[in-house]
Amino acid sequence: MSEISAEQVAHLANLARIALTDEEIGHLTTELAQIMHAVEKVSEVATPDVPPTSHPIPMQNVYRDDVVGNTLTAEEALSGAPESDGSRFVVTAILGEEQ
Amino acid sequence: MARAELMDFDQALELFEPVIGLEVHVELNTTTKMFSSAPNPANSEFHGAEPNTLVSPVCLGLPGSLPVVNGDAVRKSISLGLALGCSIAPSSRFARKNYFYPDLAKNYQISQYDEPIAFDGELEVEIEGGKTFMIPIERAHMEEDAGKLTHVGGATGRIQGAEYSLVDYNRAGVPLVEIVTRPIFGAEADAPALAKAYVATIRDIALALGISEARMERGNLRCDANVSLRPRGHEKLGTRTETKNVNSFRSIERAVRYEIQRQAAILANGGTITQETRHWHEDTGATSAGRPKSDADDYRYFPEPDLVPVVPSAELIDELRAALPEPPAARRRRLKGEWGFTDLEFQDVANSGLLNEVAETVAAGASPASARKWWTGELTRLANASERDVAELATPAQVAELAALVDAGTLTDRLARQVLEGVVAGEGSPQEIVDARGLAVVSDDGALIAAIDQALASQPDVLAKIRDGKVQAAGAVIGAVMKAMQGKADAARVRELVLERAAAVQ
Amino acid sequence: MSDELIRLSAAELGEKLAAGDVSSVEATRAHLDRIAAVDGAVHAFLHVEGERALETAADLDRRRAAGEALGPLAGVPIAIKDVLVTKGMPSTSGSRILEGWIPPYDATPVTKVREAGLIPLGKTNMDEFAMGSSTEHSAYGPTHNPWDLDRIPGGSGGGSAASVAAFEAPLALGSDTGGSIRQPAHVTGTVGVKPTYGAVSRYGSIALASSLDQIGPVTRTVLDAALLHDVIAGHDPLDSTSLPMAWPSMADAVRRADVSGLRIGVIKELDGAGFQPGVRQRFHEALELLERGGAEIVEVSAPHFEYSIAAYYLILPAEASSNLAKFDSVRFGLRVTPDGAGTVEQVMSATREAGFGPEVKRRIILGTYALSAGYYDAYYGSAQKVRTLVQRDFDAAFAKVDVLASPTAPTTAFKFGEKLADPVSMYLNDIATIPANLAGVPGISVPTGLAPEDGLPVGIQFLAPAREDARLYNVGGALEQLLVAEWGGPLLGRAPDLTAHELSATEEGAL
Repeated sequence: MSEISAEQVAHLANLARIALTDEEIGHLTTELAQIMHAVEKVSEVATPDVPPTSHPIPMQNVYRDDVVGNTLTAEEALSGAPESDGSRFVVTAILGEEQ
Repeated sequence: MARAELMDFDQALELFEPVIGLEVHVELNTTTKMFSSAPNPANSEFHGAEPNTLVSPVCLGLPGSLPVVNGDAVRKSISLGLALGCSIAPSSRFARKNYFYPDLAKNYQISQYDEPIAFDGELEVEIEGGKTFMIPIERAHMEEDAGKLTHVGGATGRIQGAEYSLVDYNRAGVPLVEIVTRPIFGAEADAPALAKAYVATIRDIALALGISEARMERGNLRCDANVSLRPRGHEKLGTRTETKNVNSFRSIERAVRYEIQRQAAILANGGTITQETRHWHEDTGATSAGRPKSDADDYRYFPEPDLVPVVPSAELIDELRAALPEPPAARRRRLKGEWGFTDLEFQDVANSGLLNEVAETVAAGASPASARKWWTGELTRLANASERDVAELATPAQVAELAALVDAGTLTDRLARQVLEGVVAGEGSPQEIVDARGLAVVSDDGALIAAIDQALASQPDVLAKIRDGKVQAAGAVIGAVMKAMQGKADAARVRELVLERAAAVQ
Repeated sequence: MSDELIRLSAAELGEKLAAGDVSSVEATRAHLDRIAAVDGAVHAFLHVEGERALETAADLDRRRAAGEALGPLAGVPIAIKDVLVTKGMPSTSGSRILEGWIPPYDATPVTKVREAGLIPLGKTNMDEFAMGSSTEHSAYGPTHNPWDLDRIPGGSGGGSAASVAAFEAPLALGSDTGGSIRQPAHVTGTVGVKPTYGAVSRYGSIALASSLDQIGPVTRTVLDAALLHDVIAGHDPLDSTSLPMAWPSMADAVRRADVSGLRIGVIKELDGAGFQPGVRQRFHEALELLERGGAEIVEVSAPHFEYSIAAYYLILPAEASSNLAKFDSVRFGLRVTPDGAGTVEQVMSATREAGFGPEVKRRIILGTYALSAGYYDAYYGSAQKVRTLVQRDFDAAFAKVDVLASPTAPTTAFKFGEKLADPVSMYLNDIATIPANLAGVPGISVPTGLAPEDGLPVGIQFLAPAREDARLYNVGGALEQLLVAEWGGPLLGRAPDLTAHELSATEEGAL
């Protein structure tokens, strides 16, 4: 289960949008295999009869009233933006030329 | 694919059975968003706000911000699920769907995955001509909308060739219910019309429930159409495509029809269909290939740790069920019977999307016939001329008042049309306009007789013909009198009086 | 006067402020002076408020002079871990990707601290996005342990722990996802509490792993922790996992501390191999002291705790990989445009490559893997099941005892770089603290002395059932009282004089 290839790490990096260098991919391939080897022991006790727990304290039905609350101004919203046109966030082209 | 390369629709149907599946997104009209207390632009009160003014830290995915579920959105989702004949899950939960896109503030969408709030429904849908189908609903789940991108640079304003894009997060977090059908078999040649009628039925339900503005052109209602073909006599389903960007009822029908013809042509030539997303182009009436499905679609769903399960009580579900409006297909049958319309007359109203207007006008006292006449006639003409929505031009109460004035003889049809223009121009109620413009029919016989006598006197040859029994000659006099009265006379009464006076005048 | 002020506990300082013996401006200035004197060597702070803190203090003094009713900590300075967003103060979570970002809103615990009249001194250093046990993973350089500047102060909240240990602040806020409050307390001779999951709002805490994160107090005494706990706990409608309940006063629990009849369970799986002798020795001495104080010590077993680290290192990276996706160069933070511009996808990838450190990348890739199609059931799904088993272990143990005890961490503070190359051995540091996060139960670390072999501080951890945070303050308060009596003064009184060290460090630097 813990056989991980450099190609897999490159694919994961793409899914996670991190432009890893080849050197980083190399290191991570080794480290990931070690870590996965250490953590896959969870499957020893995770038998089908054990239900999963996603939240430490079980709760249900937490709702908000449908009433307008604190809203940011456009200026506040854009205050941390790397680039904006004064009312909207600016991002570079979404598709490359080949697309 | 060029039009000429498409297979003829009838021929395609001979060779293949179309199987369709529809995904409809309904934007809820709650005051605030799904997971944030920022104002909801899908509520008409906030429509058209300036970019990035309907946002909170949650909508922008600012570090540290957390979602909290809008209780009203949950209730509206349950109502919609019930109206679709679905079971409501005793417990459902939210999940994160992970993918990067600049309009998705957190780079994950909070949606429902393995535990939708509503599932296993069935919806009766009537297509034009009155044929009905039962549409199997797989699920309806709650999720949040993404922001809006505007592509700048490049020739077309499209994403291709754009130099940069602008992001407005006002729409980010708008509550959505996504309704997914199971594969729909057996529609055959009606598949395109059924797809359209299905979405129209969901629109009717949403409006009747009051949970959405349900305007396709505003994106309150969006439809993705899955189409596949299977060769006659085969068991196995064909590869499907998913067509997006279908923004009107008419487009849904056209897009499904196009995909059937396109896929048939490819399959008949021995080709294979690629499983992909396709985009509908309103201008060319064609679909084009988008991104093929790939492992980039690994959304890494997992239970949303920031939110807790939705566990609606049986009491709440019963309460919402009791408040459900009549199902659209049943309502249509009932109204058609009550109104005594022919098939054609009823279709005329239904296809124009004016059922509610006519029903409310009848409820306000008008006869079904006159309600139909004014909505599908003059008001529709005025709407088309001004490129406005007919329902925005007048209220059912105004139309009922107008019909009552006509019935009482206060207005002729011609005068009534003038009054309607005044109503549309916002001059007030029909009676106010009649008073202000002095448009009422002149019912004072004295004034009419004076005008008739004058007309007869100035046309002695006509008078002679009438006296000779050539009654049709009276038309010329009637016309002159109507003109003199500026149209504010009842032509039938004028005719009676003309004949009387012609006999009486010495 | 200045040195006296900084050595007071928060409770004592609060009393002096209330009595008018000292002003908040004086107290704040004393701490700012201390920061100026020692933080060059300690590097507990990423941002210091300076003048603005003095203005806030002056305002508080005016309110007090006007006769306004104020809480017990009003006017007392506080340091805030950089994981919490602060309106008008930079908030980086120790990452390059958020360098210079000034949030437009305050985290709920920060709002509560401000409302209680505390004076924010600044933001403390941490491992990037709270991923680490040493602060060596901070993008802004490590924090040094005030007991030995060549050693780590623990992590991820090393900055908060070091700031109180170095008397730069009487109180600090921390966050604990797998031990980030308790383990730094253990290695710096301070007190740290991870409250019950949902006791303190997570709103405005830059999320690491949403189902594990919890904000809590970092202090020098148990009473100070309780007073701060009372300020920050409580239901917050902005956090869906916030517990809608009224809490008893933790400060009262400390003041009435009494362990007679208290059943303390020693977790046998956390009291053996892998734990440094001095850590175990002080742990058992503390238990004997409690026993003499009337407590009953019982051994309990938690057979699934050994799977905790494995489950934790699947759940945490999985949730973190999703939580950290928002750092994409669009709405805030760093943007790196690769050569020849490129698509938004390339800009995002280049930004994340440049803005995240190696540990963050490692965990994002790990988490992406654990959630990806075909692996979910084996990894993430199995880890969630282990979580159930760990909860069952707690349930079984708490059926027999009132609180559980273990050493807080296996070793004393290690030297910088010692474990950096081996992530798996670094992860083992959290073996004793992680189970509480998986189960959502509260935990406290209280200093028990110095390990004889290296003279470095060690702590004891107590765990209580969910919502029973007051039990921790009872047992922690009682133990602290017994130990301080035995020592004849607080443990931190034995810490080295940092001003002397600072001087020599400066001289060395000048050469």
